Amino acid sequence: MARAAVLGRLTWQVGTVAEIREETATAHTIVVDLPGWPGHAAGQHVDVRLTADDGYSAQRSYSIASAPGPDRLELTVQRLEDGEVSPYLTDTLKPGYPLELRGPIGGWFVWDPAEPGPVLVVAGGSGVVPLMSMIRARAAAGSAAPFRLVYSVRSPETVLYAAELERLSQAADGFQMSYVYTRSGPPGAKVRIGRLNPVVLSAAGWTSAAAPAVFICGPTGFVEAAASLLVKAGHDPGAIKTERFGPSGG
Amino acid sequence: MGIVSPGFKGRGRSEREKLPPGQYLVTDFPVLSAGPTPRVDTDSWKFSITTEAGRAHSWDWAQFRALPSEEIHVDLHCVTKWSKLRTTWRGVSLDTLLAQAETSAEYALAHCYGGYTTNLPVADLLDGQAWVAFEYDGQPLAAEHGGPARLLVPHLYLWKSAKWVRRIDLRAKDEPGFWESLGYHNYGDPWREQRYWGD
Amino acid sequence: MNTHLDGNVLGGTLGEIFAVDITSAVGQCASCGTSEAMGEALVYTDAPGLVARCRTCGEVVLRVNRTGGRTWLDMRGISCLELHTPGE
Repeated sequence: MARAAVLGRLTWQVGTVAEIREETATAHTIVVDLPGWPGHAAGQHVDVRLTADDGYSAQRSYSIASAPGPDRLELTVQRLEDGEVSPYLTDTLKPGYPLELRGPIGGWFVWDPAEPGPVLVVAGGSGVVPLMSMIRARAAAGSAAPFRLVYSVRSPETVLYAAELERLSQAADGFQMSYVYTRSGPPGAKVRIGRLNPVVLSAAGWTSAAAPAVFICGPTGFVEAAASLLVKAGHDPGAIKTERFGPSGG
Repeated sequence: MGIVSPGFKGRGRSEREKLPPGQYLVTDFPVLSAGPTPRVDTDSWKFSITTEAGRAHSWDWAQFRALPSEEIHVDLHCVTKWSKLRTTWRGVSLDTLLAQAETSAEYALAHCYGGYTTNLPVADLLDGQAWVAFEYDGQPLAAEHGGPARLLVPHLYLWKSAKWVRRIDLRAKDEPGFWESLGYHNYGDPWREQRYWGD
Repeated sequence: MNTHLDGNVLGGTLGEIFAVDITSAVGQCASCGTSEAMGEALVYTDAPGLVARCRTCGEVVLRVNRTGGRTWLDMRGISCLELHTPGE
């Protein structure tokens, strides 16, 4: 299993925002420069801490979106309407600003590109972020591990990394994906609108016979529903790893 | 303290009503819990008080609701720093519940459906300072806020107002409860900011 | 919230105490004897401390309370913890 380079306790570190990219109208990718950052394993997250000038602080976890690599990392943050931290990150933060973070965190919800076995990644909304790190790690490593992404979104406008996912699907190197649109689909296209269900999941993903490693990430309700469908379809519960974002989705 | 994040203000903490030190005002009612919400039917609900001699007094829901109750208006102070002022409850005073108990015990340990516990001096349960509350804001107490009934001891931090209370043991010896055994102050007076051990 | 998160969220707080990753460590529940990765624990974060519960039996396996420079850690709910300690 891939590990961070140095064995040691986590401490808070300060990076600098290098660049901000708009992924959708309400989600931004923040590129953080952090010299000495040892890199991460795909699927890990960081804790971000914001401090007001009176000392009040708030902290949230964000999955790392980028493929593993030193000195720089990318976070994709979905702005939550009544969020305390996300609106600061999407609306106020600018290139050059400091950002305090702690990580990389987590050795369980991770995927190692050295693993050749099939993988099913199931994303609910912004739950795609840590799974994108896995998909990018796979591409960077030239891995041939068969990967299928099932990406549930409200509408095409809320899709993160659309162009990149399209390009990766066209590469015909073992990565396949399908969208599940729960509220509205691409204009003019005849797609099913509705939540993930057993039929959609089995068509888009692996059958239990393929025994894929499964990673599910998104809002709590989505994760529980998807995990339940997969177990009912015969997947080994021990092969399913979940990362709940909480009721609001992170 | 971390580096200051330019332009970060945090949630509205601007109001400065008379609050205990370190608290900020909220208008919603945050739900904090150490586990899943217990779902307790009033058909099977029971509340007991056991004395240090081992005697128990119990009430089922009908018996409990037949006791005299009162409307209570209190401020709530949570150790996680939020305060909610002027909340309205209805409950049975611990003075009523303890009236029958023959005891000289100084300490109490509250036990709850779901396993939560908290300890407090018996003196802090008496003299109009504590209730077993079954209504909040004119409605039956919701499960997420401790219903069917919770302990309400507003002069201490809210973790002492044990949700889903089922039993109070009167004891000669003090025993720390769930949070008191994990660094939280044994007594918990918000006005003296007694949050942690040693405060 | 009375819903829970997954054990991944323990990684940040415990990562400042343990020099090795705790989420992939396998703990044996002291109540029911089931062994699980800490990442599989049910973690309640809306509380004055983090409370991790066994996925199988629901009993508390680990609790942690942090304030400023003090951390209180209760691991009575785990009878044994197997950690990955690389470098051997």
